[in-house]
Amino acid sequence: MSEEMDQELLSEFLIESFEGLDQIDENLLALERDPTNRDAISAVFRAVHTIKGTCGFLGLERLEAIAHVGESLLSLLRDGTIPIDGEIANALLALTDAVRAILGCLERDGTEGSEGYEELVAQLHALHSRSSADGGDDAHSETRIGEALVAQGVVEDVDVALGLIQQDAGDPRHLGEILVEQGALEPPQVREALEGQIEQRSSVAESSIRVDVSLLDDLMNLVGELVLARNQMLQWGASQQVDGVFLNTAQRLNLITSELQARMMKTRMQPIGNVWAKFPRVVRDLSTKCDKRVEVVMEGQETELDKTLIEAIRDPLTHLVRNAVDHGIESVERRRAAGKSEEGILTLRAYHEGGQVNIEISDDGQGVDLERVRAKAVERGLVTSEAAARLGERETLDLIFRPGFSTAEQITSVSGRGVGMDVVRTNIEGIGGAVEVNNRPGHGTTFKVKIPLTLAIIPALVVTTAGDRFAIPQVNLLELVRLEPGSGARIESVQGTPVYRLRGKILPIVALSDELHLTTDENVTDDEESPENEEAPVNLVVLQAEDRQFGLIVGEINDTEEIVVKPLAAQMEGIAAFSGCTIMGDGAVALIIDVHGLARRSGVLGEGAEHRALDVDHSSHDDGSVAEPLLVVEIGADGRGAIPLPLVSRLEDFARDDVELSAGVDVVQYRGGIMRLVPVARLLGLQPAPSTDGPLQVVVFEDKDGSNVGLVVERVIDIVAEEVTLTSTRGAVGLRGSVVLGGVVTDVLDVEDLVNSTSLSPPATAAMMSAAAGDASEEPVEAGVLA
Amino acid sequence: MSRQLCTFRVGSYLYGIDVLEVQEMISYQASTRVPLAPPELRGLINLRGQIVPAIDLRRRLGLEDAPPDSLPMNVIVRTTSGAVSFLVDDIGDVVEVDEVLVDSVPQTVPAGAREFVSAVHKFDTELLHELNTAGAVAGIVA
Repeated sequence: MSEEMDQELLSEFLIESFEGLDQIDENLLALERDPTNRDAISAVFRAVHTIKGTCGFLGLERLEAIAHVGESLLSLLRDGTIPIDGEIANALLALTDAVRAILGCLERDGTEGSEGYEELVAQLHALHSRSSADGGDDAHSETRIGEALVAQGVVEDVDVALGLIQQDAGDPRHLGEILVEQGALEPPQVREALEGQIEQRSSVAESSIRVDVSLLDDLMNLVGELVLARNQMLQWGASQQVDGVFLNTAQRLNLITSELQARMMKTRMQPIGNVWAKFPRVVRDLSTKCDKRVEVVMEGQETELDKTLIEAIRDPLTHLVRNAVDHGIESVERRRAAGKSEEGILTLRAYHEGGQVNIEISDDGQGVDLERVRAKAVERGLVTSEAAARLGERETLDLIFRPGFSTAEQITSVSGRGVGMDVVRTNIEGIGGAVEVNNRPGHGTTFKVKIPLTLAIIPALVVTTAGDRFAIPQVNLLELVRLEPGSGARIESVQGTPVYRLRGKILPIVALSDELHLTTDENVTDDEESPENEEAPVNLVVLQAEDRQFGLIVGEINDTEEIVVKPLAAQMEGIAAFSGCTIMGDGAVALIIDVHGLARRSGVLGEGAEHRALDVDHSSHDDGSVAEPLLVVEIGADGRGAIPLPLVSRLEDFARDDVELSAGVDVVQYRGGIMRLVPVARLLGLQPAPSTDGPLQVVVFEDKDGSNVGLVVERVIDIVAEEVTLTSTRGAVGLRGSVVLGGVVTDVLDVEDLVNSTSLSPPATAAMMSAAAGDASEEPVEAGVLA
Repeated sequence: MSRQLCTFRVGSYLYGIDVLEVQEMISYQASTRVPLAPPELRGLINLRGQIVPAIDLRRRLGLEDAPPDSLPMNVIVRTTSGAVSFLVDDIGDVVEVDEVLVDSVPQTVPAGAREFVSAVHKFDTELLHELNTAGAVAGIVA
């Protein structure tokens, strides 16, 4: 444990103990008045017990010994074995004084002082065995002054001892008086020592007070109100012709309010070291039990975050720490065999980054064995063995967060008790955070926990849909996409379910107005955000919920704002789509969208293994199985073909009249350039479809030069995401093989081969096409908000 | 023993709530609707920084909606689940009621409506329905 951490614990102990002592005094006095007061005696017992317990933890032996005899005596009183009398009360008060004196020493120079308090201990012992003893009450408070005087170097130990003996012999005077009379010291020196004593006793206790958290919450609310009132005033001021005095005052109010808000937030902040303080102990006990040697290194324990968050991460972090010791760090022998130092290192790091707190828990152990994780997941029935084999590293590591997963070979007393990593993830996501794993096989594992600084005020994106405003927490926000009509970017559909292709990835689309069953007001155009409407631009908010991404169609994107989160009244918690509400600058209430809840409601999260398959793994494997989604198209009169979806950039319709001839190849004008068309049916030697007047269906690709190339197909049938096995076919031109899709044999097109076989375009055209391809329509808007 | 009731009108009926339960009565407030909430919950209003759910008593009592251009008044009531606003047509006087003139709700009143009325006070000119506030918020905000 570091020196600082010790200091931190010690000062907390001091604050608590000083408070405890005051209560003991109070209760002892109450007991003297009413010896039958059971509550008071219990309270005293508890307080002394607490001090004793903490002393043991901090290694304060002397204080512990004194508290221990006090506790023994108190337990007799508590059990009613002996009644309290003046003598006992005095002894107990002397005990509190002695404890205070030691605490004072601890505070001053970190030691327990040189006084042994043998007398007091003996006296308490004597009382405990119910043999009467001399009243030593005064002596002990005076011993402290003697102590102080010796510490000041104005008297010798022996003088104090003599004075005390004289006192014990019946001299009723105070020690100071005796010593002054003996000529050992001057009265001002006594006064100085006395004053010093008082200061020592109170400095820590007085520099901080305890405040009810609910009072802080109330104050926080009021500050929130003040912020709103200020915003309203500033808005009003900006819209009126106001004089300079008002403007000045408003500016000052503005500054003061911001300052107040910042300070108010600060009152709720606590250093993360408060949570970490117990980890060295946890690790020590655990490593002893597991026969491992672990050193705990802490960095950034002064990093502060909101008190409610501190409470919320306590258990998840403890679990991660225990996991690191139990599963991560190897036993001494194995470490030696692996050429590592015998002592494993567990590093706790905390730091601020972009309005978030990052906490890293890393060990230099064996890392996560991906094969074992996969095997375990199969054994637990979490995934099929085929699916497990296809999982990449990230997806495999994700498995450890699934409910019912535990890789511990046997259930130890340490981990594997049912509260697993899934609870860790749930808890952390519950407070708007996220957990990431970084695995270095053979060299250790790092768990990175990202949590917001506070839950009380969060940055959020404000959007308007159907005339209502909603706030979307920025922690869930990935990017904003604006689909301009005519740009070619649009919402497509997979069997009626809207999707959008974002950089080659299929993004499920949820329309906020549909999901919330919002009916628009008359003054808002009804079809403003319907995906089918090509006339109006569509605003897409790309959101992250757990490991899924989805696009949310909203009417209008307003702004990002810091919002004060207010809880929803209990009644509305059942509506999973909202996590709270806030008051906007104009005083109106806006609901805060619970992105996870919305994702679950809309089916983006949940049973949807099929949703996962879309974005998990796009690579095909050597064994011929194809895991990527396939676009199934009709080619020619009766042919069916499948095209790997990630290759597809767009689906387009062209009127047949638009097809022109260039250098002997069919081309169309497309997005400011010329696009070559590949007659797939003809190249594959398939029967051409009977000619129609309908539009030409074209699947657009980018070839390796970045030019657009269109494959002409009859129509698009479906998108299939199921796992299929590729059978190699007769080495035909333009085919990768065949698969069985929905019971029908379907050729998988080799797009590159097809494109190359018609690669006749002159260089000039290709250059024009490259220029056109640069005209991407899906630029993220306002990328800055993601910072 | 006599008590005082704050009275208000919902449709053609006269309703009352014990003054001790009423926090305040205020004029029309713009509210924010809560999607997916029951229709009786008209929205949330900002009452000096406190967010208060507003329950449409007309809908709650099974009456027709008020004409769209009429602005309902708010009767803010303290309940066990925090402050709740009842949207009413009009606010009346505070009246003294005499326990002697109280009757329980007749059995013939449909059960759906009866749970919202705790008693009927017999006035000379009409009947005053005492609103059972706990019943009126149950299921919506409690």
